[in-house]
Amino acid sequence: MLLIKELKKALGVALWFIFLTFPIMVIKVDPIERIIRYRWENAAYVAIVAFTAYLVMSFFKMRKLRVTADKKEVKKSQNVIYSILNNKKQLTVLSFAILAIAIIFPHFFSVYQTNVMTTALMYVVLGLGLNIVVGMAGLLDLGFVAFYAVGAYSYALLNYHFGLGFWVVLPIGGALAAIFGIILGFPVLRLRGDYLAIVTLGFGEIIRLILENWGEFSQGPSGISNISRPGFFGMDFSLETSIMYMYYIMVIGVIVTIFIVNRLQDSRLGRAWIALREDEIACQAMGIDKRKTKLAAFSLGAFWAGLIGVVFAAKTTFINPASFTFLESAIILSIVVLGGMGSIIGVILGAFILILMPEYLRALSEFRMLAFGGVMVAMMVFRPQGMIANIRRTYKFEKQE
Amino acid sequence: MDNQILKVNGLTMDFGGIRALNSLDLDVNRGEIVALIGPNGAGKTTFFNCITGIYAPTEGEVYLASPGSDTKVSLKGLKPNQVTEKGLARTFQNIRLFAKMTVLENVMIGRHCRTKATVLGAVFRNRTTRDEEQSILETSYDILEKVGLEQYVNEFANNLPYGAQRRLEVARALATEPLLLLLDEPAAGMNPQETIELEKLIKEISSEGQSILLIEHDMTLVMSLSDRIFVMDYGKKIAEGTPVEIRENPAVIKAYLGEDVDA
Repeated sequence: MLLIKELKKALGVALWFIFLTFPIMVIKVDPIERIIRYRWENAAYVAIVAFTAYLVMSFFKMRKLRVTADKKEVKKSQNVIYSILNNKKQLTVLSFAILAIAIIFPHFFSVYQTNVMTTALMYVVLGLGLNIVVGMAGLLDLGFVAFYAVGAYSYALLNYHFGLGFWVVLPIGGALAAIFGIILGFPVLRLRGDYLAIVTLGFGEIIRLILENWGEFSQGPSGISNISRPGFFGMDFSLETSIMYMYYIMVIGVIVTIFIVNRLQDSRLGRAWIALREDEIACQAMGIDKRKTKLAAFSLGAFWAGLIGVVFAAKTTFINPASFTFLESAIILSIVVLGGMGSIIGVILGAFILILMPEYLRALSEFRMLAFGGVMVAMMVFRPQGMIANIRRTYKFEKQE
Repeated sequence: MDNQILKVNGLTMDFGGIRALNSLDLDVNRGEIVALIGPNGAGKTTFFNCITGIYAPTEGEVYLASPGSDTKVSLKGLKPNQVTEKGLARTFQNIRLFAKMTVLENVMIGRHCRTKATVLGAVFRNRTTRDEEQSILETSYDILEKVGLEQYVNEFANNLPYGAQRRLEVARALATEPLLLLLDEPAAGMNPQETIELEKLIKEISSEGQSILLIEHDMTLVMSLSDRIFVMDYGKKIAEGTPVEIRENPAVIKAYLGEDVDA
């Protein structure tokens, strides 16, 4: 009953909006041909937008009312995700289900879908890497893409000059990126917040500009092509199987990353990172070496970016500096912030949403950045802690007498 | 064997043209509770910041006893974390807990400098790391029990009541196994009931042999707790002695209440 009433109201609102925006959205005067054109399709868009906007607003209003009416009830329903996360049995079942879907995925969907999914998985790892730096250690890094570029170029160049294969370069790329992480870490040890953000932003741009302008080294803006795809004990694949192979590499990559990041989070080092984020002075006063902890965060975060850089180069078989712009850093950062800083599940979800949505909403591609911005603003206003906030591990103690 | 645990010689700290600390001497003996008092702005917290390495003092020496030997180590030029490692742990005047960590984790952070698991240990969780983690957990829980916060173990630190937050700061400092515990105004902002509980807690910790140096404004607390009192004003030490001596000391009365007009 209530729903029909709301729908009627929404319809009314939509009609009002059509009427109000009629002169600017529908009527267009063409001064050259001296005719008036009526763009009726715009009226339809206005109606749809107004209609859904009203419904969304009334939905939130009603939910708010319900919260005041029965706080406990709502709390329970909202916490479905948390209850699953806290229940070990449910969590295992869920992870196995997801794993099963992940394994059969490429056999049921097209090569294009598999490719898209591989990209999403790459961003999951990138997000988890940046999550160490931004989410856990609280160091705002706007130049994360630099490490991604280091990984990609180390594979491209080592492959081009020395013919080294994917599996050999994978650890080298990760290690190189980690070293660059430490190189960036040293000058910014004393910096925090805004200042740190500016310096890391500069660092990201420096790496990109070097790659763009140092032609003899990186072949400049024209990039490096014909990078070989990963092999499997000397076997060569057709394009289709190699895409599938790439996908499985990333599935394993994501699992390994989640495993390691999860363990780091609950370790002595992970706690030190979070303490560093919460209060730097108290953290030092409690005997934590700020230098070591920060450098560890930078290098471990960069390590993942380096690995994915190598994968990226192998997947696209062509790289140039244009792939490593600031926008890329911004997207990875958005994944972390949108998903929930410090929360592994949140970052994974954030990566899927931010990478898959634009891919499947290609029809609206012109408005992609607009929607992107809108979502981010809405998110920060309504849920600043991210989609799934980080939950700290709880411990149970049993008295032994 | 000398009984001193902390020895400060001629500590001076300049901020530009302002001399916040002026050639200050202070010492704490093993097992003692020593109070550092003085009017607002006398330089008490600056003194703490200097000896814990947050500020680098302009002049002067700070020595801390080293366990297991007769010699003392100089704390000059050490970073805050190194000072804590040597055995000097502190609390803060304005509470500085790790707000988004649980109470237990806050205390576990205190164990950081006494443990040494590495990145590889964290990833592979070998036997040594697991044992170490278990011992961190147990020690931390014991300390929480000692300060009476065991019912809050899994709460976020910033959700605790004020008095409990203060006690958590003490617990966190205790977790670093300090030779000397520095308490910066532990009773600030507490109600009388909480102050009484705090007094009990400090006495209990002290009875286990913990040496304590505290800054405090609550005179009843200071008088009933301390073995010795140092009084500071304008960065200088103006008096030193037992609570009874300090109460009678004309210089102290002058610093706190001002001079008699017709004197």
